[in-house]
Amino acid sequence: MGLKQEDILLNNNSNASEIPVDKQKLAAPIKSAVDKFQLVPEFLKVRGLVKQHLDSFNYFVNIGIKKIVRANDRIVADLDPSIYLRFKDVRIGDPSMTVDGIVEKINPHTCRLSDMTYSAPILVNIEYIHGSHGQKSRLEKNNLVIGRMPIMLRSCCCVLYGKDEAELARLGECPLDPGGYFVIKGTEKVILIQEQLSKNRIIIDADKKGNINASVTSSSEATKSKTIVQMEKEKIYLLLNQFAKKIPIMVVMKAMGMESDQEVVQMVGRDPRYSALLLPSIEECAGLSIYTREQALAYLDTKTTKSLYAGPSSVEEGKAFSILRDVFLANVPVHCNNFRPKCLYVAVMLRRMMEAILNKDAMDDKDYVGNKRLELSGQLISLLFEDLFKTTIAEVKKNINLILSKASRSSVLDPSSILLGKDIISMGLERTLSTGNFDIKRFRMHRKGMTQILARLSFIGTLGFMTKVSPQFEKSRKVSGPRALQPSQWGMLCPCDTPEGEACGLVKNLALMTHVTTDEDEGPLISLCYCLGVEDLELLSGEELHSSNSFLVMLNGLILGKHRRPQHFAIAMRKLRRAGKVGEFVSVFVNEKQRCVYIASDGGRVCRPLVIADKGISRIKEHHMKQLLDGVRTFNDFLSDGLLEYLDVNEENNALIALYEGEATPETTHIEIEPFTILGVIAGLIPYPHHNQSPRNTYQCAMGKQAMGNIAYNQLCRMDTLLYLLVYPQRPLLTTRTIELVGYDKLGAGQNATVAVISYSGYDIEDAIVMNKASLDRGFGRCIVMKKTANVIQKYRSASDRLLKPERTGPGSERMQKLDDDGIAAPGEIIRPNDVLLNKAVPIYTSGSSVSSESLRDSAYKSAKQVYKGPEGESCVVDRVALSTDRNGNPSIRFLIRHTRRPELGDKFSSRHGQKGVCGIIIQQEDFPFSERGICPDLIMNPHGFPSRMTVGKMIELLGGKAGVSCGRFHYGSAFGEPSGHADKVETISETLIKHGFCYNGKDIIYSGITGCPLQAYIFMGPIYYQKLKHMVLDKMHARGNGPRVMLTRQPTEGRARKGGLRVGEMERDCLIAYGASMLIFERLMISSDPFEVQVCRKCGLLGYYSQKLKTGICSSCKNGNNVSTMKLPYACKLLIQELQSMNIVPRLKLAEA
Amino acid sequence: MAEQGEGRGEETKFSVWDLPDVPMGQLPPHLELQRTRVFCNKDAPIHTESIQYSGAYSSIGVDNSVQLDNFCKNFRVEVIRLNEDDIEFDMIGIDAAIANSFRRILLAEVPTMAIEKVLFANNTSVVQDEVLAHRLGLVPISVDPRLFDYMSENDQPNEKNAIVFKLHVKCERGSPRITVKSDELKWLPNGSELVKESTANSDSSSKPETYTYFSSSQESVPEFVKNPIAPKYPDIILAKLGPGQEIELEAHAVKGIGKTHAKWSPVATAWYRMLPEVILLEDVEDELAEELKSKCPVNVFDIEDIGKGKKRATVARPRSCTLCRECIRGDDWEKRVALRRVKNHFIFTIESTGALPPEVLFTEAVKILEGKCERVITELS
Repeated sequence: MGLKQEDILLNNNSNASEIPVDKQKLAAPIKSAVDKFQLVPEFLKVRGLVKQHLDSFNYFVNIGIKKIVRANDRIVADLDPSIYLRFKDVRIGDPSMTVDGIVEKINPHTCRLSDMTYSAPILVNIEYIHGSHGQKSRLEKNNLVIGRMPIMLRSCCCVLYGKDEAELARLGECPLDPGGYFVIKGTEKVILIQEQLSKNRIIIDADKKGNINASVTSSSEATKSKTIVQMEKEKIYLLLNQFAKKIPIMVVMKAMGMESDQEVVQMVGRDPRYSALLLPSIEECAGLSIYTREQALAYLDTKTTKSLYAGPSSVEEGKAFSILRDVFLANVPVHCNNFRPKCLYVAVMLRRMMEAILNKDAMDDKDYVGNKRLELSGQLISLLFEDLFKTTIAEVKKNINLILSKASRSSVLDPSSILLGKDIISMGLERTLSTGNFDIKRFRMHRKGMTQILARLSFIGTLGFMTKVSPQFEKSRKVSGPRALQPSQWGMLCPCDTPEGEACGLVKNLALMTHVTTDEDEGPLISLCYCLGVEDLELLSGEELHSSNSFLVMLNGLILGKHRRPQHFAIAMRKLRRAGKVGEFVSVFVNEKQRCVYIASDGGRVCRPLVIADKGISRIKEHHMKQLLDGVRTFNDFLSDGLLEYLDVNEENNALIALYEGEATPETTHIEIEPFTILGVIAGLIPYPHHNQSPRNTYQCAMGKQAMGNIAYNQLCRMDTLLYLLVYPQRPLLTTRTIELVGYDKLGAGQNATVAVISYSGYDIEDAIVMNKASLDRGFGRCIVMKKTANVIQKYRSASDRLLKPERTGPGSERMQKLDDDGIAAPGEIIRPNDVLLNKAVPIYTSGSSVSSESLRDSAYKSAKQVYKGPEGESCVVDRVALSTDRNGNPSIRFLIRHTRRPELGDKFSSRHGQKGVCGIIIQQEDFPFSERGICPDLIMNPHGFPSRMTVGKMIELLGGKAGVSCGRFHYGSAFGEPSGHADKVETISETLIKHGFCYNGKDIIYSGITGCPLQAYIFMGPIYYQKLKHMVLDKMHARGNGPRVMLTRQPTEGRARKGGLRVGEMERDCLIAYGASMLIFERLMISSDPFEVQVCRKCGLLGYYSQKLKTGICSSCKNGNNVSTMKLPYACKLLIQELQSMNIVPRLKLAEA
Repeated sequence: MAEQGEGRGEETKFSVWDLPDVPMGQLPPHLELQRTRVFCNKDAPIHTESIQYSGAYSSIGVDNSVQLDNFCKNFRVEVIRLNEDDIEFDMIGIDAAIANSFRRILLAEVPTMAIEKVLFANNTSVVQDEVLAHRLGLVPISVDPRLFDYMSENDQPNEKNAIVFKLHVKCERGSPRITVKSDELKWLPNGSELVKESTANSDSSSKPETYTYFSSSQESVPEFVKNPIAPKYPDIILAKLGPGQEIELEAHAVKGIGKTHAKWSPVATAWYRMLPEVILLEDVEDELAEELKSKCPVNVFDIEDIGKGKKRATVARPRSCTLCRECIRGDDWEKRVALRRVKNHFIFTIESTGALPPEVLFTEAVKILEGKCERVITELS
């Protein structure tokens, strides 16, 4: 390669020497559009679709966990400080499990199949004091297992890490599966990305009353707190949980050692407007007659709440002092009780607040993506682990103290054995991940639904789970602000993919090229900043802080100092970043309005790669792309060579980004890689989305997840509770680049149907579609539904369940035809409802003490056959039978029942443009219209679907598909792809159509299949990719005549699953009353529901009973049957009367002749 | 038509009685055109329906009823192309309804043999039983269905109504994957070889009962001696087998029609189109002629020299017109070119799946229609 380049150079030189040319023109940079698309697959190769999850988990496993353990590495006995246990190192081992003391390596697929947790041991090296009988010796132990950590698939700890396709296949894994989830007790769980307001940043906003707030949610390794400085009635207060009341801010300043009011005023800024705003607060402080630090602290002491976390130090220092030091603005470090940084921080907060008061534009937007942080699985697990680790340590400490406190102890004190005895960490991690309830008291975190089961409905739905961002707010809040599309979401979050209904706009999805950062070390950055001329905060007077010729420099919300030439500083920082001297995800953002330079290296920021441009000229040239294609260059080389860089949302504000190279002006600093990357994975499947009405794309995003197709390459080896598969899935004729990037062309979820847009038969109104019976005969829309049923052979103390050999003859034998001799249904057998799957018998008495001969006799068992319940009249097949053990070691037998279905009336289909419809009628092929080429459509769509939906993309898909099948090339329809050639233009498609003898507009002459004459219109016909959705009539249809009733009320049961009745509800009843159909009401509400004959005493009005002996009704309170009448009541009414009686209320019935 | 148009255009006063008489017993040219041609205009085809009513033109004294001898005189069939599987022929002088009924019968009512029942002895492949059975059903079998009877519900399969195939493929462990193709389907002329379980051990002396009741071997049928029954194509992929996987099954083919399931349809498809007619309404010369010629993607037009360096477009191959309407696209072109379809001239194409040759299929279809007509007549009389 090197040689080649030299050759080129030489050639260039020779050419230049031969021909005299305009030197200036040569010197000018060449403007040429370079196809940068190839960068997208390279990016996805390096960062992947779920890379954010993997990166975050890897960070936790490699660095985070070590940090946590290092921060809490000592357990020291309170009674004898010489006894201690120290953690020297921690690491995660290989995924394995221990069965009867034997360590066995595991892989994810076996865990899925056998309901295990895919986890690896957490190994620690410890050093501890072993004490026995007064002798103490220091011991070391290595590789102690303190718990088990569930492992994210494809993370660096996973066995799948770095494996190629063949190796993955050998492990039973699908190579297209993205990983990024956990396997907990056999189910796949995802920790959703959580959206949060950024930590450690000053956020100015107004509360409901219109008071201006400056709030900081501090989060340091030690503490997490929220500090609010509020302006109320012109006075400024501090709100902090640890103080019972609002504290005047000047008191806080004085308590931190800023006794001089002048200094405070200087720090905020000498502008008279600011001092005027501060004056009422100063006066209030003076009114409280607090002048010195001691007075202020004494005042604060009286206002503190009783704290749970009162350490021993707070007694000597004073509560208020420790709160101010440790809780108040916890992110600002206090070294040696030097409060000056905190004072300056408060001053900056005050100043920003006052700016907001003077100028409402200075308020922060909470919905701005730059003010948000995405919390990923790694961070969440690290919180959980920290809490569990601390709990374990506390427990161990308690136990050591307990042993030491015993007056006479004979046993040996071995802290390591105490440590091993606890299983808090494994249990805690597994429970939290499987329930999704994060209850971390230490950090006051109580959140539900943090993990979700990875739905394996379709491959694309699974991918969608990995990019889903769940909101910080509750969904019920009726606010529009956070739901609206934010301009800052551009390129970071998909503008289309959001659910409809209550979570609309709150649940978001990441765009294709988004990356979420992980934490990065601040230390080198700080020293670098000082080297680049940041003036240290310590050396500045309050006056200088806001001097007009300088900008403040903030690193991750911390004030570092100030800089006189902010632009130079920012450029220098960026240069260093592009050279790879600082982390690629460090962002430098100059905020002119706030006169600040923000440097961020914290985790959770969203960022995306962009091409760097110098004076509007892209740095990426043709030869770079060629090197990429040749495989000489990787995506990371682009980064390290300073051709590409990651920008986060804040830094984007300092950039002028051109969409295409041609549109760049000299001011342009960056160029987009490809415009279609603003969409996410799921929206990327839509062809020509930019031609559709926007909500249609959103609908498709919701429906694409319900489409049936292939789940994964290993789909037939899985044991999911419910699996929908398409028998003959196809790849779409009209693809997009995203489809190829994510592998949808390999695991498709739909079929290319030839669609004619006509009204036909009248069974196609309201979006219903007409289907061709011959197409269905040939396998269109055929799907396989697999359901899992499990049964456990329970072991009891005295006996255990057992399987019996089926009876081959006699009554009931016909239902056991499908059983093998072992009493388990054989795989491959056709099974019908009420057939026996498992001939099981359970012991009648399970409480006996031990196995005796008595308990083994047949009479001690009762039959508990497992019967297959499925759709009536359908025949299913036992696909597979899996024998394994459940978590308690009991054998469990699982059946996978397969049902192949062909489309029927009422099954739901959808194109990729949010156009769903049910099958309205199935028509014979000979009745279907046909074209002059003999083409008969597979389905007919009503043209009324188009005008109001405005899904022009669907029409172009039809055209493109038609051109594709006639010329034999897959056409593309990537979003916004026409200028860059990733979407075929309608003009070129039309030309292709003409070339193959079709009309340019896709409309052909069609003959009616019924009359044989041509139709009186040209018909728009061609292939469209149709998805079969999971909603099928067979699973939903329900009717009943007689059926089961509820025991208590004797009314019909409710719900399809219980063969319930259809309720005549209040509103239906109202209609019948209004109509006057009283007999119908009587019939519906009593005769057909719960009629009951009662004996009523005419005298006392109470219910009696019918005596079988005397053949009369008898009133039990009157003790005779003289005045008893028989009448009919709803049983529910009789129940109510008796329930009232039981509460000492006597309802009496008064009867009259009717 | 021209005369009438002029009369109106001049707007001079004249008596209705002065107008020339409509020639009796003959349709005026514009009506004749509407009756016999479909006008494929730019926006939509018009006059598509055929005029059936015998008295449609009675006011002009034209009898529109169908005359059998006329039909016999004018009806022609010309075979354009015929090979093993396809036929293209022109059917001239017939109504769309009848041409269409042939098409419908071909698609749905001409019987063939197709695999209906599959008995699985073993299937360890990844293809599910019912999917494999479905695939087998769609395999066209090269056998004359006229030699077989329909099997009704309570019939037992015998040599007159069923064909039995066997498929037994195993991929040995250690060997590479294999693809099971339709040539693995082996005809069993003596019927099923699978023994019914219930009777297998009850009576050892007599012949074990199988799933078919053949009284004689199908091999003795003279038609099958020369060409034994087999799938039409040997290379239809049925399944793929990995090492250690095996398929063993018996497939029973029965006679049926396409109406019940598309697998019994004897044709891949059968359709017709009306004969295209391209008319140049005015002389198209020189550049316009060149333009017209280049417009057409299927080369309908040619250019002839008319001397003096002038060129004129001619319609050379109207039959190949696919009605892309390129020639009438753009301003004024609709005035120069007219696209029409001849209503009683059908270009009929039959693509056989292979059970019967396409020409036989058509005669079969005619026979079925005949039978239907006879049934109607007998029902009426």
